[in-house]
Amino acid sequence: MMKKLRRFLIIVIIIVSVLGFFFPYPQPHFWWQKIPIFDSIFGFIGCIVIILASKWIGHTWLMKQEDFYDQ
Amino acid sequence: MINSIPPFVIYIVGALVLPLVKNKKAKQFIALLTPIIAFLNLIQMPRGIYWTIQFQQYELILGRVDKLSVVFATIFIIASFISMLYAIHIKETGQHTAALLYVGSTLGVVFAGDLFSLFVCWELMAASSVFLIWYQRSSASLEAGFRYILVHMTGGCVLLAGIVIHIQATGSLQFETFDITFLGPKFILVGFLINAAVPPFHAWLADAYPEGTITGAVFLTAFTTKSAVYVLARSFPGLEVLVWLGAIMALYGVVYAVLENDIRRLLAYHIISQVGYMVCGIGLGSQLAINGASAHAFCHILYKSVLFMGMGAVIHVTGRRKMTDLQGRGLYKQMPITLTLYMIGAFSISAVPLFNGFISKTMVVAAAGELHRPVIEILLHLASVGTFLHTGLKLPWGVWFGKNEGEEKEIKGAGEPPLNMLLAMGLGAFLCILTGVYPDLLYNMLPHPVDFHPYAAYKVIAMLQLLLLTLAAFWIFIDKLGGESFISVDLDWFYRIPGRKLLAFSQFPLNKIRENIEYYVLKTINRLNQFSNNPSAIGDIISQAMEEKPVTIKQLFEKPAENPHKVPIGVGALTSLIFLCVLILVGLSF
Repeated sequence: MMKKLRRFLIIVIIIVSVLGFFFPYPQPHFWWQKIPIFDSIFGFIGCIVIILASKWIGHTWLMKQEDFYDQ
Repeated sequence: MINSIPPFVIYIVGALVLPLVKNKKAKQFIALLTPIIAFLNLIQMPRGIYWTIQFQQYELILGRVDKLSVVFATIFIIASFISMLYAIHIKETGQHTAALLYVGSTLGVVFAGDLFSLFVCWELMAASSVFLIWYQRSSASLEAGFRYILVHMTGGCVLLAGIVIHIQATGSLQFETFDITFLGPKFILVGFLINAAVPPFHAWLADAYPEGTITGAVFLTAFTTKSAVYVLARSFPGLEVLVWLGAIMALYGVVYAVLENDIRRLLAYHIISQVGYMVCGIGLGSQLAINGASAHAFCHILYKSVLFMGMGAVIHVTGRRKMTDLQGRGLYKQMPITLTLYMIGAFSISAVPLFNGFISKTMVVAAAGELHRPVIEILLHLASVGTFLHTGLKLPWGVWFGKNEGEEKEIKGAGEPPLNMLLAMGLGAFLCILTGVYPDLLYNMLPHPVDFHPYAAYKVIAMLQLLLLTLAAFWIFIDKLGGESFISVDLDWFYRIPGRKLLAFSQFPLNKIRENIEYYVLKTINRLNQFSNNPSAIGDIISQAMEEKPVTIKQLFEKPAENPHKVPIGVGALTSLIFLCVLILVGLSF
């Protein structure tokens, strides 16, 4: 089931990324809007950055024991 | 001739009538009828400025009805109906009364055309909403409620200070667009930012909302922050600092949401994040941006209520609020309808095409593009990734699916919540899809004419690329994203830890010093009195004084057995109450 889902996801990602070449931004405001698969790259890297950076900040500074305020 | 009445009056009448009715069905009927009457009344209200009251040399305006106030009032009334339907099984009348007062005062804010009536409604909003937290009746909610009301009262004082300074400077009580270069509007802005939960004034939201009652939290999500968005849109459009605060805010909530284990606190951080888009839109100030901010407030209220209702339903049926206590228990088998409705809310907040977040969030991001703000555009884009990651993927995965290494494989007794809760979620979810599929329904209500087409192919494809690749990255990191049994400290640390120490310091050493000074001064006066009566007894007086042991530093820091502030606070409150009654009596007699 999970394998099928994964395969389906990969196919859809490829289709949507290819479609990016056929439907470019009509009036790009920034250079990245001229790259057809920019949003794919941004979504993937952005998500990883959010996960890793937040976890790092959390484990370094922010996360405390649940009774932190009761002590 | 105006055939309608101020909407807040309808809610306040509803709130006052409700406790007088004994029959349960009649109570439910009144609670649901109030928003319906308010909605019908709203449709009747013509555009313009009316319901003015002369107050000394000032004119109070209770009805400033224009496109901006009507779009906010419409969604507030719809949200109040949905939230009330969700809460209708609750037997405590006090909760419904507090909720109706809360909604009524919010509508008072929306239609206020002067700063005085705005301030009164602003304060009433804080005072009524805190009961939706306290009715949870746990020590955590009691404490969170006190922190909530203290922050809001501080915000109220800042707002009042701003209003007074502004009136002194200009002589005008009008609630309009302010010039930030003056001192009064600066204070007013801070007062508004506190209610909008803009960092660094945001910690109250994530602290208090998850401690509210299951049904009360749904009300809380809709009104306070969005009424603050309305007043910001009204008074500070195009203010540059709001652009940056909004964009930072959008990401700030996302970072905390990664770390959060409490399911409603995670959603609360996403309120901060989503309000960031609105604040940013107001700061950008173009017609498209203001439309975007208003549209996003409208859509946000709908999908956030669905999300909070979904998580509230999980807590209602399981009694659990932490992801670590829910994941891997196969809850999706027991709550398929709740899961489906929650996912509609989740797709909406994530701006999946055909759901309402897509038609509003893209407006704000497009406005940043039109105004050539690359950093802002990228920050908002990144926040969109984080929103889908948490609300659309991590939270439903952790709550309904997920992995559990313990022995418990299912939660016994869990199932779908009561019918009224499902209906409310269903109505919210339906409206999320309706406005997503027919954006013109909303666009026609917006303050400025709309020339924006969200369903242009390139916009849909760009959004799908963004979301699908977020899903792919989530899939890779899925094992790292389960709940962790920790809490994350936020800026409320400043008033919860050093603040508590300051209070303890004031209670013991400072209070003890005061007591000792009082004691020795009185003693000295007494001895001087003895001496003046009989100067020959000076020897005895001195020897008595020498025998007394002075207070040591150690004694100053000893905690007394009883809280020494119990009595003084009681007396203080009583005095204030008497003073207030006298003031009212004097005021009435003139």
